[in-house]
Amino acid sequence: MADLRIKIGSLKLRNPVILASGTCGYGAELEDFMDLSELGAIIVKGTTLEPREGNAYPRMAETASGMLNAVGLQNKGIDYFEKHIYPHLAEYDTHVIVNVNGNTIEDYVELSRRLSRLNAIPAIELNISCPNVKKGGMIFGTNPASAREVISAVRNVYSKTLIVKLSPNVTDITEFARISEEEGAEAISLVNTLLGMAIDVRTMNPKLSTVTGGLSGPAIKPVALRMVWQSAKAVKIPVIGLGGIMNADDALEFIMAGATAVQVGTASFIEPRTGVEVVKGIERFLVEKDFDSISRIIGIIN
Amino acid sequence: MKKRVEDLTVTDNRRLTDSFFVLKVHSAEGLPEINPGQFVQALVTESPATFLRRPLSVHDVDHSTNTVSLLVQVAGPGTERLSRLIPGENLNLIYPLGNAFTLPSAGEKVLLTGGGCGMAPLLYLGRKIHESGIKPHFALGFRNRSRVLENEEFKKLGQVWLSTEDGSEGHKGFVTDIPAFRDEHWDKVYCCGPEPMMKAVAAVCRKREIFCEVSLENLMACGMGICLCCIVPTTSGNLCSCTDGPVFNIKDLKWQTSG
Repeated sequence: MADLRIKIGSLKLRNPVILASGTCGYGAELEDFMDLSELGAIIVKGTTLEPREGNAYPRMAETASGMLNAVGLQNKGIDYFEKHIYPHLAEYDTHVIVNVNGNTIEDYVELSRRLSRLNAIPAIELNISCPNVKKGGMIFGTNPASAREVISAVRNVYSKTLIVKLSPNVTDITEFARISEEEGAEAISLVNTLLGMAIDVRTMNPKLSTVTGGLSGPAIKPVALRMVWQSAKAVKIPVIGLGGIMNADDALEFIMAGATAVQVGTASFIEPRTGVEVVKGIERFLVEKDFDSISRIIGIIN
Repeated sequence: MKKRVEDLTVTDNRRLTDSFFVLKVHSAEGLPEINPGQFVQALVTESPATFLRRPLSVHDVDHSTNTVSLLVQVAGPGTERLSRLIPGENLNLIYPLGNAFTLPSAGEKVLLTGGGCGMAPLLYLGRKIHESGIKPHFALGFRNRSRVLENEEFKKLGQVWLSTEDGSEGHKGFVTDIPAFRDEHWDKVYCCGPEPMMKAVAAVCRKREIFCEVSLENLMACGMGICLCCIVPTTSGNLCSCTDGPVFNIKDLKWQTSG
């Protein structure tokens, strides 16, 4: 047995494997396949103050070793969430984190304030990196001054664990990692999707209704890994690594590059049990290599 | 109904035409209940260009042998790889997925219409309707004689009318040009096929105030209601064709065709 427990700020996770926002619904969608309590945490889908219909169809294009999506934060809004979804989430024996989105700083602040009142939500992931919305999202996460402003404003009203989800669509991600740390975030998660596009040459049309969308899957893993490695060296707060993790070896790469925890995303679409398989694989690796704790290998690559 | 991930064993792979084939897969665990209209998500291995699973309609189910049939059209590298599966190989499925067609009530007269790959769910639907004591009628449309798919199994269940666009077999035109479809009374019409066909059928049914359900084939990533990519605009907002569908009543869809 190896000790898989980790800490994100004051939040204690039984293991470092988290299901990424937008790829695990509200958890219930995956309950037929696995016991969610075997995971460190789940981050439920991107939530906004108001209900959103998202972007027009088509929103998805398969690409080499990955996929583009342009969902655009379709969700039923915080009122519906609080009334109809939260009661079920509160029964889970795993940490439930909510991914927070908005058009304006006021939106982020108000939503964070609402979520801070929900006892069974111990943390939020501040999404300043969604590439598929016209307002907010990545606009905050690609401008240092805006990023600082929104993180600081949310920090003022949210006293539980604050995670900031960073965009890879920047020249120097460590700048945003440092800003998050300076403004009081307990952790950063990276990377969100890379902005990309695809064209159907036969119809001569873009494959997405929005032309551009977010690329995820193994195609982005080397880029994500490099950014996690850079960021982990730039800040002292924990880094949560994600981007193309399909199995335990992929997750171990992120951990060795400096990630305290990892998120499994797109892989769950193809193999819904990936998250629990990654937990098992990490433990097997530690036992085989005779490490008593996950902490022995975090950031082992300098 | 609980969904599962399972390795099934290919027992048969039969070519119908140059691009259509029927795969039969056996469940060693024993099949769960599967309703007509539901689909599976098939994992494609050894195809580097294929990242996501492929959604495939359930064509037929034989609970006595725990075998599911899948009617598949080669549309790209993923389905091309599936077309080369040989008996004994595994096929990993997530299933059963999606909702189901509304079965008719006793005494109702029903028409099952579709074409091409859209024929896939109609056989199992027809079988279930037949088991309930109602004789189904089928209207199947194709581009021309060389594209007509075998329909012997359909004929065992009920009357089959064919149409081809060039008239090389059956009635000339579309399924909506088949006289029985136009002129006879129908309590329920079920349709699965290319979108223009479904819209034409829906327009006729809307005009004649016939109950009509269509099965949509939207692009999807997960099939489990998570990715929110396969959305359909409906009167109650964007819904997932994988979990709220693939079967929709035309009155709930925002299809503005005049027919």
